[in-house]
Amino acid sequence: MSGVDLGMPTFPDAAHRAVRDAQLRHNLGRATSTIRNKRAAVVDELDDWEQLRASGAAIKAHTLSRLDTYLERFESAVTAAGGTVHWARDAAEANRIVTELVRETGETEAVKVKSMATQEIGLNEALASAGISAWETDLAELIVQLDEDRPSHILVPAIHRNRSEIREIFRREMSGSGAPAPADLTDDPVQLAEAARHHLREKFLRANVAISGANFAVAETGSLVVVESEGNGRMCLTMPDNLISVVGIEKLVPSWRDLEVFLQLLPRSSTGERMNPYTSVLSGVTEEDGPSNFHVVLLDNGRSEALADEVGSQALRCIRCSACLNVCPVYERAGGHAYGSVYPGPIGAVLTPQLYGVESEDTASLPYASTLCGACYDVCPVAIEIPELLVHLRHRTTRERKGWFDRLTGTAMRGLGWVFGDSKRLGRAQRIASLGGRLFGRRGIGRLPWPMSRWTDARDAPAPASESFRQWWERNRTGSGDER
Amino acid sequence: MKRSSDAREAVLGSVRSALAGGQRGSADSIPREYRGQRHVEALPELFRERVAEYRAAVHTTDSTEAPETVLGVLERADARRVVVPEGLPAQWSDPVAEHHDTLGDRPRLSTTTLENADAVLTTCTVGIATTGTIVLDHGPGQGRRALTLLPDTHVCLVAASRIVDDVPAALAELDPAGPMTFISGPSATSDIELERVEGVHGPRDLHVVIVGDV
Repeated sequence: MSGVDLGMPTFPDAAHRAVRDAQLRHNLGRATSTIRNKRAAVVDELDDWEQLRASGAAIKAHTLSRLDTYLERFESAVTAAGGTVHWARDAAEANRIVTELVRETGETEAVKVKSMATQEIGLNEALASAGISAWETDLAELIVQLDEDRPSHILVPAIHRNRSEIREIFRREMSGSGAPAPADLTDDPVQLAEAARHHLREKFLRANVAISGANFAVAETGSLVVVESEGNGRMCLTMPDNLISVVGIEKLVPSWRDLEVFLQLLPRSSTGERMNPYTSVLSGVTEEDGPSNFHVVLLDNGRSEALADEVGSQALRCIRCSACLNVCPVYERAGGHAYGSVYPGPIGAVLTPQLYGVESEDTASLPYASTLCGACYDVCPVAIEIPELLVHLRHRTTRERKGWFDRLTGTAMRGLGWVFGDSKRLGRAQRIASLGGRLFGRRGIGRLPWPMSRWTDARDAPAPASESFRQWWERNRTGSGDER
Repeated sequence: MKRSSDAREAVLGSVRSALAGGQRGSADSIPREYRGQRHVEALPELFRERVAEYRAAVHTTDSTEAPETVLGVLERADARRVVVPEGLPAQWSDPVAEHHDTLGDRPRLSTTTLENADAVLTTCTVGIATTGTIVLDHGPGQGRRALTLLPDTHVCLVAASRIVDDVPAALAELDPAGPMTFISGPSATSDIELERVEGVHGPRDLHVVIVGDV
């Protein structure tokens, strides 16, 4: 998986602009601290949280270590339950399969429940170019779609919008794609939610095709699990006669029982609730209840490649709870758009470069979007060592993207290694440096010519000391032995 | 469909080569030291408290008083047309039929009829005390999924004996062969400035009636 141009500025450029947006910073700060506190309260209620976390991590790690077996098991179970399983190597293939499946129904529109996987592959755009309208039905996703904007948070995609902006978007855009917003719509969230309900209900009852993702896919039973709050997921999974679910291959868990861990970990980590309002479980086709035509598209799109990286593959445990976003000092200031990917925040910084490759400047900059403070690891319900991964990926991006500057620094480092490797050589080097120190006096080193200007443009380097520590030691201590 | 079988082999092949030489653990070695049981006493009380925290209405009653409680809820909701799934015991459905227009699902109710119904009355399979959740497996007395999705008021009878302590105990009682819905309070969103609003796409009002002696 390589060469996917996200068409975005690099993280440093985008973050630079974002941190100057006071409204954005205010909205983000308030939102992240609210969810953070709610999460902490419900996590504290469980005295076995660490045990649940260890188990969640182990189940996911185990599943990944036998992923081929579990994928085949899941395929058999879905097929036995009346569904059809498709496989997609990459985004283009997944989009082609879904487009074809919608075409077979003869329909030109579909309702969609929020799914990171379909955002990752750009499904809506692919369907649109085939003349198929895909309607997002999660309230925040609706806001983002109507405004032709991009999501900025995994859990609350319109976190960067306030109520009056949302009112304007509804009044301006709703009539273009269905029931218009009421003329007297205010910015009261109750009224805004009601307008969305009215706008979407018509689509739910009319649509004959639904597209979903899944939070979990159970290999043993072929069950898909969709965790949500608004009821739009239930609508999509229940009302239309055709259901197409796009599921990343890392979403598998081995058995039904494993959900007893994840249904405790996910809602508490994500929305800070003991349980989310609605969780739907769907195991194939059920006569007279829900879709009679059910398809699952298993999506690779870079995942199997990430699996090969012993350290990096941990990121595939992620259950998309977004707890790491809400505790990250970098996310809180830069916001989700700066990451230039559907996966923002700390998990995005380790997932995006692995899924899309590190060839481009935008993905290669992501592992640096962190202070390595470790808060993300502390809250991760499946104990992904995000800081370790960030460092690992920094190493990988440097190695895989070696340019002239890196080669130059590489040579310099090898030179330093040669000097430090021998005490006589080091002593000689220090005596030469201390000559320089007497030359610079106490002013320190300011701007140096290129290529050293890459370092000195932003920093003043202190002048080398006129006497090295080793020289001082020799002068004061040698032979006395009394300090031992 | 040659292309799709090619893709299947390619994805599985790529997964296998990624895993080649790595450790393949056994499912038996997954640590499960978390609690299998969290609470043992006063489950209906805990369930009641936790359901109420989602701003659902909770009523506690016994089998003699329950029909009266249900009628009261329907009356206050101004529910005239009430959906009654197949298999709902007559002790619950008969009193409702005396005072309301009841709609059975045989033959299947149209989407429009369901959309225009005011309320639905069901039982549930288990209640989860710790999380305040009811679980429907859509068997007898619960109906297909659309029945509890389109009407704006859902009244759910929960036998106190069907309340378990937490998620592990609930999953052990459930058979994933059929569809299932876990419900914790009314439909809700916090998408606008994180302000919680009830009733987006699912029922706006959830009434949970705990029947003590069943």
